[in-house]
Amino acid sequence: MTDFSDALQTALHLLVNLDAGLVEIIALSLRVSLTAVAAAALVGLPLGALLAVSRFPTRRFWINLLNTFMGLPPVVVGLMVYLMLSRAGPLGPLGLLYTPVAMIIAQTLLIFPIIAALSCGVVQGLFDEYHEQLRSLGSRTLATARTLLWEGRFGLVTAILAGFGRGNAEVGAVLIVGGNINHSTRVMTTTIALETSKGNLALALALGLILILVSLLVASAAQWLHTATMHRGRA
Amino acid sequence: MRVYRSADFLTRVAWLLAGLCAALLSAGAGAAAATAAVTLASTTSTDNSGLYDYLLPKFTADTGIRVRVIAVGTGRALSIGRRGDADLLIVHDRESELEFVADGHGVARVPFMYNDYVLVGPRADPGGLRAAGDVVHAMRLIARGRRPFISRGDDSGTHKKELQLWRAAGLAPGAADAWYREAGAGMGAVLNLANELVAYTLTDRSTWVSFNNRAALALLVENQPPLHNPYSAILVNPQKHPAVNHRAARRLVEWLTSRRGLDWIDNYRVRGVRLFHPLRGG
Amino acid sequence: MKLEIQNLVYRAGGRTLMDDISLVSDSAHCTALLGANGAGKSLLLRLCHGLLEPAAGRIRWDARPPRELGAAITMVFQKPVLLRRSARANVEHALYLQGAPRAARRARAAAALELAGLEDCMERQAAVLSGGQQQRLAIARAWALKPAVILMDEPTSKLDVRSAAQVERTIGELRREGIKIILTSHNLAQVRRLCGEVVFLHEGRLVQQDAMDDFFARPADDIICEFIEAQTF
Repeated sequence: MTDFSDALQTALHLLVNLDAGLVEIIALSLRVSLTAVAAAALVGLPLGALLAVSRFPTRRFWINLLNTFMGLPPVVVGLMVYLMLSRAGPLGPLGLLYTPVAMIIAQTLLIFPIIAALSCGVVQGLFDEYHEQLRSLGSRTLATARTLLWEGRFGLVTAILAGFGRGNAEVGAVLIVGGNINHSTRVMTTTIALETSKGNLALALALGLILILVSLLVASAAQWLHTATMHRGRA
Repeated sequence: MRVYRSADFLTRVAWLLAGLCAALLSAGAGAAAATAAVTLASTTSTDNSGLYDYLLPKFTADTGIRVRVIAVGTGRALSIGRRGDADLLIVHDRESELEFVADGHGVARVPFMYNDYVLVGPRADPGGLRAAGDVVHAMRLIARGRRPFISRGDDSGTHKKELQLWRAAGLAPGAADAWYREAGAGMGAVLNLANELVAYTLTDRSTWVSFNNRAALALLVENQPPLHNPYSAILVNPQKHPAVNHRAARRLVEWLTSRRGLDWIDNYRVRGVRLFHPLRGG
Repeated sequence: MKLEIQNLVYRAGGRTLMDDISLVSDSAHCTALLGANGAGKSLLLRLCHGLLEPAAGRIRWDARPPRELGAAITMVFQKPVLLRRSARANVEHALYLQGAPRAARRARAAAALELAGLEDCMERQAAVLSGGQQQRLAIARAWALKPAVILMDEPTSKLDVRSAAQVERTIGELRREGIKIILTSHNLAQVRRLCGEVVFLHEGRLVQQDAMDDFFARPADDIICEFIEAQTF
């Protein structure tokens, strides 16, 4: 398969030479996705935990809604954000369309349900085990949510990584709200789409390999965080 | 059994965050929003051919104004302009351009360069288009022989030109025709598709020349009056959309249509081929 | 605190699990809840704690319902539920939930761990402690909240003899401090060592409540005789 060996060679070439354009694109991809993940986690983790530990009549409905929204089509989210941020839209005066901020907003909306739903699941599992004990110690709903978020921190890392993966790999939303503007809103996925449309398939695949590499690095960082904080002992 | 040490965990989190902040700050500098930049919504063909990467830095050097290009089909570009989300459009479909201006969304429509469309298809040319001579006749040969044809199907300038050619041939291929496939995609994606399915398609010359994945395809019909493809610059109406960067956009149009700008366009080559021809004395 | 239960009924899933229980237990006694599996011992502890609400009847501690007592009444569960932190952090977390200031948390946690004989493993992860140490940690955590009552659900059922003895010693410390203790157990020797009073349940009903010696000397029912015989083997 010459296509694949070409792509591999191109990828190595780009990485070894630390191509300036590539670095800029990777940096923007990371900036957008990591900021979106941080924003989504800031809201999603507490919300997911609260949904897990509290009991109210419409609780199941909200959990179902979150689970459904985990699969939101990026293009639809992109379109909604576009219509909101467009100069003719309600948030038009902010002038955010075709900026990295618009991409962050779109990705946050995509990632938030994933982090909230997964953390709800993680905390729910812990809640079944802990809730009598915590109640016995006088813990209220809010304190229980906080305690269990910390208890489940290693499971939540996975939820956050899933969110990051979704944001980092997504192309439909950022293309619509970012516009794939060179040196401004061009990220890994939109570049791959662009190079594919130019027929530069080897280059596009090379960029794809680098995108996977970047995801691998981020996941490894999380793994490093995980393993380095554990030590083996006897029960 | 696995056990967790929370103090260690926090130290690691701190290290990771510090590293991230450093990386993001250095990245943020490059992506800082430029308030004075012109936002140009343009057809993919002009962008994919590399024209803007070649042309716009020269404009920025001359004027200090940066340009941000959003490359979309002509239909999409006009809708972006209609919402006031771009300052300037460069598009290529005369009818909808005139409609856009007539509706009050655009001012000062200036045709400033052109290239042409070409019919491309299988190297072996089973439909015999090379010998057809006339492009309208070539379209008839495709339909008559039920040769696979990929249509853009995305309301772009090229798509509209293709529909024009079918009309001229007295034909209207549609869903009932198995040989006729609407891709609903950009020019590059359609060329990828044509190359894969060994099909005929209509493309602008600039995308064709700069396109890299075309081993199965050859240029079959070219240099005919119906294939003329003029590009216009349209300023988005500042009365209708007060937020647009009208002054800078106007300078870009003036520069593009100046002798200097047109000369640069004239000099642009890809693989030794001139892709765009200036329209002088407008 | 003095416990008063009047005509207590609890139902779940269409079945009556606590049937018209009434008893009074003085604050002076350490009380053992006895009965076969499924008699309702753990359930009664949870009802006394206020973790479950009765379908009918009343539970009062010094004339107050369990819900109003907060940390004055705490519970040690059969399987210790510990957080993934150090032993000390586990106790401090409980104090934090009570709103204790940081300095007070440290001091009180240290005192609690010492009481339970865990002063040497304060910084060890709770999860690496032995079963007996974990159970004592759970007791230390309960004690740290300065409760008037501690409820214990089979505190030594999963432990070897030596660990069980250490846990019993810790329970003895609590008793000396005047904390009212109600525990469930299957170990009659242990009950004799620790408790002054026995409440015997059978299928959600109260069969006998008596002082320790009277209970073993004069069982009120054949069921109790069978139970005692079975447990002695």
